[in-house]
Amino acid sequence: MKIAAYSIKTLSVLFFLYSAISFAGVKEENLNPQDGGEVNTQEEVTEYILHHIKDSHDFHLFSYTSDGERKHVGFPLPVIVWTSNGLTTFMSSEFHHDDAGKVIVEKNGVKLTKLHSKIYELDATASGVNFDAEHHPTNAKKLLDFSITKSVFGVMMIGLLMLLWFSRLARQYKTKQIPTGFGRVLEPLVLYVRDEIAKPNIGPKYRKFTGYLLTVFFFIWILNLLGLTPFGFNVTGQLAITACLAIFTLIIYVASGNKHFWQHILWMPGVPVLIRPVLAIIELAGTFIIKPFSLLVRLFANISAGHIVVMSLIGIMVVMKAELGAPGATILSFVLSMFITLIEVLVAFLQAYIFTMLSALFIGMSVAEHDHDHDHDDHGHEVPDAEDVRADFI
Amino acid sequence: METLLNDFSPGLFVMQTVLFLVLIFLMVKFAWKPILNSLNDREEGIQGALDAAEKAKLEMANLQADNQKLLQEARAEREAMMKDAREIKAKMIADAKEEATEAANKTIANAQATIEAEKKAAVAEIKAQVANLSIEIAEKVVKNELSNKEKQLALVDTMLNDATLN
Repeated sequence: MKIAAYSIKTLSVLFFLYSAISFAGVKEENLNPQDGGEVNTQEEVTEYILHHIKDSHDFHLFSYTSDGERKHVGFPLPVIVWTSNGLTTFMSSEFHHDDAGKVIVEKNGVKLTKLHSKIYELDATASGVNFDAEHHPTNAKKLLDFSITKSVFGVMMIGLLMLLWFSRLARQYKTKQIPTGFGRVLEPLVLYVRDEIAKPNIGPKYRKFTGYLLTVFFFIWILNLLGLTPFGFNVTGQLAITACLAIFTLIIYVASGNKHFWQHILWMPGVPVLIRPVLAIIELAGTFIIKPFSLLVRLFANISAGHIVVMSLIGIMVVMKAELGAPGATILSFVLSMFITLIEVLVAFLQAYIFTMLSALFIGMSVAEHDHDHDHDDHGHEVPDAEDVRADFI
Repeated sequence: METLLNDFSPGLFVMQTVLFLVLIFLMVKFAWKPILNSLNDREEGIQGALDAAEKAKLEMANLQADNQKLLQEARAEREAMMKDAREIKAKMIADAKEEATEAANKTIANAQATIEAEKKAAVAEIKAQVANLSIEIAEKVVKNELSNKEKQLALVDTMLNDATLN
């Protein structure tokens, strides 16, 4: 146990160190080729941050300038796009790290370019991207992009990692009752999700949904933590990812809803008949739009905000160099970003917990067996029970 | 809002949906199901062991109570037996005493009777011998007394004197 605690401590120290180094790389990023790709102004910092929180088509570790030439270290990822000529695949290295629509790749008879982390297909006659006043391309259209982007890569990696860890834990149980090694760390987490999230919120039918909740919990948590590493993943800060997770929860709780659940949505018992259709509209909106929307936005916003805050604090190093001098600005930004990174570690867990907890709660509300003899008083008014009160706050 | 929608990538959404479905399926099949089953089994095992221990404790307590009861019964029985024995002993002693007294009394009575009889016989014999002796003595005395005339006269005088006095 002591050894485990020690290595976790060491790991976290290394982790912060790397995070700091990685984010310090801000000032070397290639945004302005004239000055060797340095980020020197507030606008460049902002642009860099906004670029970072987007998905990207290559795995970029760091860049440096040597002999006036910008060098990038990382590896390309496959691009898979659905163009007007069908599915087209090639490696993202063909864009040569361009993200401004300058490099045009001709594949499968179509002209493709990358602009702000999106792949565009140029019109057949165009030789370059034309922009309108708001910097939107006028002669190119966005494509359906199934690329193995950095986020997809992260998802695959974490999926494999989870499968590796937990299937090993599962195999350990075949030979012994108490797991050893890393399994000893994982087991309490599994028990925590089962006993603190699934059981109390869903009730006796928890077993059927625990697999999903466990998957979601570890998926979000590990990806959140991965987002704090120097690799700069921002998977759980992608709307597409959080929307997908929220829709999974929506499908599960709608599909497993029992009679009481639908009765309470469509024809609320215990209220005057005239009010029932109004309540039905509110309940339908709540069930199908508000609940999943709150799930997806909460996770997306928290994680994106965390990334933006950490990187902005590191940006102090650049922005306040004039006022505080280089050492002062560096120390200030280091202390602040260290502090925020610590909080982000907490947030990483908290958001995974909240997402899982709310998913469990929504599922629990749709499978709960109500005992209606006790829920209504003499006048037919519903007496709020603990669950309804709790639901009102969400 | 527009930027957000612009950033939303339908391709990523599709990829995530597919990957996540596969992940859920694999995790449930290869990890969660065996893990949760094992945990359940283990918890049931622990609960079973605890229950068994509790039951064993109860049985032990029962057994001990039984033992205690048996011991108590044995003790009571011993006590009763001892008491009986004591009573029998006392009775036997008393009986023996009584018998002995009776026998002794009888012996004493016999002895007394014998002694009495012997005494009587002895007395009778003595009486007879005394009588004989007296007669012999009297004979001798008489023979002696009546040998001469003077003495016979003296005797008559004496007797006459006695008779006057009387």
